[in-house]
Amino acid sequence: MAGSGRRPEHRGPPELFYDEAEARKYSQNSRMIEIQSQMSERAVELLGLPEDRPCFLLDVGCGSGLSGDYISEEGHHWVGMDISSAMLDVAMEREVEGDLILADMGQGIPFRPGMFDGCVSISAVQWLCNADKKTHSPPKRLYRFFSTLYSALARGSRAILQLYPENSEQVTLADGERGCKEGGGREALLKVWLFFQGVLGAELELITAQAMKAGFTGGMVVDYPNSAKAKKFFLCLFVGTAGALPKALGAECADGEESQQAKFTNERYHVHQGPPRERGHLWGPG
Amino acid sequence: MKLLTHNMLTSHVRGVRPGGGFPLRIQATEVKVNNVDFNQEFVARMIPKVEWGALVEAAESLGHLSDLPHELPPEYENNEDFLRKVHHVLLEVEVMEGILKCPDSGREFPITKGIPNMLLSEEET
Repeated sequence: MAGSGRRPEHRGPPELFYDEAEARKYSQNSRMIEIQSQMSERAVELLGLPEDRPCFLLDVGCGSGLSGDYISEEGHHWVGMDISSAMLDVAMEREVEGDLILADMGQGIPFRPGMFDGCVSISAVQWLCNADKKTHSPPKRLYRFFSTLYSALARGSRAILQLYPENSEQVTLADGERGCKEGGGREALLKVWLFFQGVLGAELELITAQAMKAGFTGGMVVDYPNSAKAKKFFLCLFVGTAGALPKALGAECADGEESQQAKFTNERYHVHQGPPRERGHLWGPG
Repeated sequence: MKLLTHNMLTSHVRGVRPGGGFPLRIQATEVKVNNVDFNQEFVARMIPKVEWGALVEAAESLGHLSDLPHELPPEYENNEDFLRKVHHVLLEVEVMEGILKCPDSGREFPITKGIPNMLLSEEET
């Protein structure tokens, strides 16, 4: 498997790919957990939720509930949906605070209109680009997902969907070996590194086109666009507002990855710790 | 499945009229009560989104009405006693095993280990 360089989406439908063994990794593999958690934190940050107000969020493709942990830490409530019952079982074992639903995002979001203050999704939406069954039409499933998501979100809210757009060119074994050297030589790292090679391609056009058709505005935020390893894509969708697109982290910095990672940590400090927040108040001291 | 989730969940089977598939009727075989931290602001914020009649009906069917009034009282925002009751029903009562039944199509969605299975067959989408 290490040398195959194949994306998980190519290895069968998600409900089969995320079996018990794969699901277990999401509760035991610390590297995977760390990456997932970082992306979740960034996604919640991009939601731009009002400060000090408990919100109700939807996590699409919640898996074992790693994003949910962060959402709960931030004082919000959440409902997670996933197509893999093995992943949801892990979430249950971990006693996550959110409520869980077994559902296929391509069949639509089964909630009443306007219920959620926001939606996050980590590494899930690209699965919709696959036709795992004869009857699957990716554009139709994407449209059904986006149109029902649009409806389920409150006006003025956002959906932040982190995804791995597929590279139009086949990723080669040589790329994978290079990734191993850079990343430390572990199979999981190789897989992760291969994912980060995604470039804006036909798949991404398909996804954004269906999102816009469903009524969303917004666009793509690419964090660390100059770093092959740290580069991450966040599709930021707005419901009923014309908000400005958030700035990507590390976009101006062309140096090595080290400084970008340092900046990321620093940024998170500013966002969550308070002092800069205080400074923003006109009536506050200092 | 918490009753807050139930109050928002709809059946999305093909052919259900727009705005239909709600509320799903609960036939529970196992219900459990968990402690969840009370957040008054959150509960007060959620109430306008809740279909009150459906919540009362669901709570009653589970035997956990917990003194909820059939009509939403006015000016509940600062009524802590009332909000604590709503909190209990919305977030602490959980259906662990049972069935959700679509009021329009009759389609049944099983709830196993607290998780409703909303997956549809190809013919139903």
